[in-house]
Amino acid sequence: MPRINSPAELEAFRRNLLSERDPNKTCITLCSGSACHASGSREVAASIQEEIQKQGLNAEVEFRRTGCHGFCERGPIIVIRPEEICYFQIKPEDVPEIVSETIKEKKVIERLLYTDPATNEKIVHESDIPFYKNQGRIVFGSNVSVDPKNIDDYLAIGGYSALAKVLSGMTPDQVLQEVKKANLRGRGGGGFPAGTKWEGSRNAPGDVKYVIVNADEGDPGAYMDRSLLEGNPHSVLEGLTIGAYAIGSHEGYIYVRQEYPLAVENVNIAIQQAEEFGLLGKNILGSGFDFIVKVHRGAGAFVCGESTALMTALEGRAGEPRPKYVRSNVVGLWGRPSVLNNVETWANVPLIINNGADWFTQFGTDTSKGTKIFSLVGKITNTGLVEVPMGTPLRDIIYKIGGGIPGGKKFKAVQTGGPSGGCLPEELLDLPVGFDELTKAGSMMGSGGMIIMDEDTCMVDIARYFLEFLTEESCGKCVPCREGMRQMLKILTNITKGKGKEGDIELLEQLSETAIEAALCALGKSSPNPFLSTLQHFREEYEAHIKEKRCPALSCKELISYYIDPDKCQACMNCLRKCPSEAITGGKRQIHVIDQEKCTKCGTCFEVCPSRFAAAKKISGEPVPPPIPEEARTIVRKSKEK
Amino acid sequence: MNEILLKIDGKEVKAKEGMTVLEAARSAGISIPTLCHHEKLEPYGACRLCIVEVESRGWTRIVVSCVYPVEKNIIVRTRSEKVDRIRKMILELQLAHAPDSFILQDLAKEYGADRDRFEKEPSFCIHCGLCVRYCAEVKKKNAVGFVDRGIRKEISFIPEIASKECWNCKECFPLCPTEALQAAYVLMEALISPPPSLKREAEK
Amino acid sequence: MDKHIIDQIIDKHNCEPSYLIQVLLDIQAENNWLPREALERVAERLQVPMTRIQHIATFYKAFSLVPKGRHQIHICLGTACHVRGASRVLDTVQGLTGIEPGETDLDLKFSLETVNCLGCCALGPVVDIDGKTHGKMAPAKTSDVLKNYD
Repeated sequence: MPRINSPAELEAFRRNLLSERDPNKTCITLCSGSACHASGSREVAASIQEEIQKQGLNAEVEFRRTGCHGFCERGPIIVIRPEEICYFQIKPEDVPEIVSETIKEKKVIERLLYTDPATNEKIVHESDIPFYKNQGRIVFGSNVSVDPKNIDDYLAIGGYSALAKVLSGMTPDQVLQEVKKANLRGRGGGGFPAGTKWEGSRNAPGDVKYVIVNADEGDPGAYMDRSLLEGNPHSVLEGLTIGAYAIGSHEGYIYVRQEYPLAVENVNIAIQQAEEFGLLGKNILGSGFDFIVKVHRGAGAFVCGESTALMTALEGRAGEPRPKYVRSNVVGLWGRPSVLNNVETWANVPLIINNGADWFTQFGTDTSKGTKIFSLVGKITNTGLVEVPMGTPLRDIIYKIGGGIPGGKKFKAVQTGGPSGGCLPEELLDLPVGFDELTKAGSMMGSGGMIIMDEDTCMVDIARYFLEFLTEESCGKCVPCREGMRQMLKILTNITKGKGKEGDIELLEQLSETAIEAALCALGKSSPNPFLSTLQHFREEYEAHIKEKRCPALSCKELISYYIDPDKCQACMNCLRKCPSEAITGGKRQIHVIDQEKCTKCGTCFEVCPSRFAAAKKISGEPVPPPIPEEARTIVRKSKEK
Repeated sequence: MNEILLKIDGKEVKAKEGMTVLEAARSAGISIPTLCHHEKLEPYGACRLCIVEVESRGWTRIVVSCVYPVEKNIIVRTRSEKVDRIRKMILELQLAHAPDSFILQDLAKEYGADRDRFEKEPSFCIHCGLCVRYCAEVKKKNAVGFVDRGIRKEISFIPEIASKECWNCKECFPLCPTEALQAAYVLMEALISPPPSLKREAEK
Repeated sequence: MDKHIIDQIIDKHNCEPSYLIQVLLDIQAENNWLPREALERVAERLQVPMTRIQHIATFYKAFSLVPKGRHQIHICLGTACHVRGASRVLDTVQGLTGIEPGETDLDLKFSLETVNCLGCCALGPVVDIDGKTHGKMAPAKTSDVLKNYD
């Protein structure tokens, strides 16, 4: 590994690197993010390596395991460059054919291509696929071109040129002004202007200052930071180093969840490689600027995503938040000025420096500049990670990119902002994503989790779910959060079990006020949001649960019963065989009947009853019809008349 | 040290820089209720009972006076409809754990808190942290600490330290508003030195 | 647990008290749980009070103060998995194993935990057993999956 001692040497190294890389050489790129790993990409990788070897193509064909591509619903994903032929849901058995047909014969394999559900057309090229086409992937897009474990790939796409630009001719103040001009706001959920935060630290007294990457992504359903840190760790390191230079810090920390082992591994490799190249550590690029980075793993506490709790955890203590009356960019880690920003925020910094604040501000709205990465998950056809310019309407994300709701179901709500956020109904889908627009409607953009819910989702249960999550994760220090949520959870759980009573909603509202006004940290202060937003937009559901003991979405176990309609049942024995509690009686030509005492409400019968019969159903708010007498259960089949 | 002028409940108060609103109020003879505060200990900010309304630069918000630093020209109100409402709720939440605590009952009378608003909770520790903090900051023995988090948080003695230090100390005992501490101590004692009858059983 | 290994881990982190959590994570990874003697050794060498270690070991869910089973079942209860029916999968697994989240069965065969988001939302509901991800789980499938583990 050569140590690069100046920006000029960096450019020379980069030119040399690019001259050695033939852009027309065939390269098989395989998405190697965690989601694709779970779908089997490791086995596919082994198969590819084996096949290339077997067919003697080691010299002609490159194989690159890249960061997450984002279309996680369809993994494992292969993109063959330079043609950009995109294959989905690859199994190891497909690989020999891919190598023989596509690599050697240049023939496309139809069955592995993406099919546009609207036109039934097969799409060959990655950039033509609606999922990718309708995004604006200025940050996330680089993932597909780099192997996160190889710094050369990052250098080949222009990596570290922003750092070189900064260290070879910009003052810290100039860097700061550019970031301020770009109006880069925190991508972790708070949306605080990064430039202002940096300036506060820069001006705070003291020689020792820290910069911190918050990679403790804890919102359930959000995994953008994971994929960014796993897939392109250098982009985050570069941004962090630039930020350190701007505020005068020489020591940085990356606090990453231990539940993200691949991210921990890849960022450690990236740090090591950057140090070897002289892009991190002492005298970076010969500029005289020293900066080291240490990685700290989290140990399983959502609250440590809160900035003061994170700093407490970095000090080796239990992550209890501190009051924010004195801001942590002035008194932070070890009482020193500390700039803490989210992974995605740091990853935007090199782009802003390289392209300028004016370039950056062309994306987005007046108050929300740039793009945002969302994890689009739940009841959506195209589950994955999407990046769009701020100001994009929710409707476009859900339908144009997300492909709408699968299974012919109706959209019900989109939940954003994680446990601090809220649910928005269909009428509000034209709202643009951004820091302020969703907040006015009772939700918030948050860190980027976007959970789509359909007609089968009970909104009262969603409020209960988030409260259960938060009571598990609360640090327990202050009364409004620990005790307030304890009681809120009890009341909501009772409501979902049919034990709700008059006055429950009012009590929940009062507990909400106590938490919002008097809780210690943002976790507590925002804990009532899921309840308040679902109450605002779906009040009828609360009232049905409390007054009628009915769950309109047919979801809450205690309030529903499974029933087989004797008029529709054709005694196919499907549900009978699959029922885990053996609660269904019947036989061939004997109409099936569910024993309500044994039924555990697992829903299997409902899932497996063939749709042409649709005999198994859920009912709520009314008593289960008594089983028809045994004698009436025999089905007499009509014989086929000629 | 700089002098800072602020208004508390309509009264002009002179405070020193670095003081908290609670300290400033107390120095002027204005009372604000607290549960987790103690002069010998670092402010903790857990019970949230000492909340007050602070009006500054046109904005009014609720802050916790035991940790909020004084600022010049702020207007502080130690009682208001909102402050009282939230204090009442905090007391009711605490009373669910320790309905018979004298300290809580006195405060409940003042704020009209109903001890039966919520169903009784099994643990009567209200997590003021006085025992843990006193042992750590004043006695520096660390014989008792917290375990777990959220609704499962509890206090727990370290048997090896407690068996040596606590018998002759017990300075934290009078601090506990609910006697949960005394109960925890007795439980710990019972676990580390089982009664002779149980020992005989085990030896059989 | 071998005291030597504990000392090695502590030395790897330069005996720094602020690295307490990292030390415990390494001991947990090495031993699968945190025995009391290990915690006492850490307290002794890092010069931190036992109350702080006790608080950290119980505050953070990565740590276990009791031995774990041979197989770790992690059921994802992230929002996306929840919306796709993860709680029904959890109920069925609880019924089959006889344990609740946070518990280990008496044979030390299975330990059950719930986790919030493994990042595989496209495959929800997700159950991870010993690092192997089982996607698109349903109550009816759990019995067959668990049969493969002894």
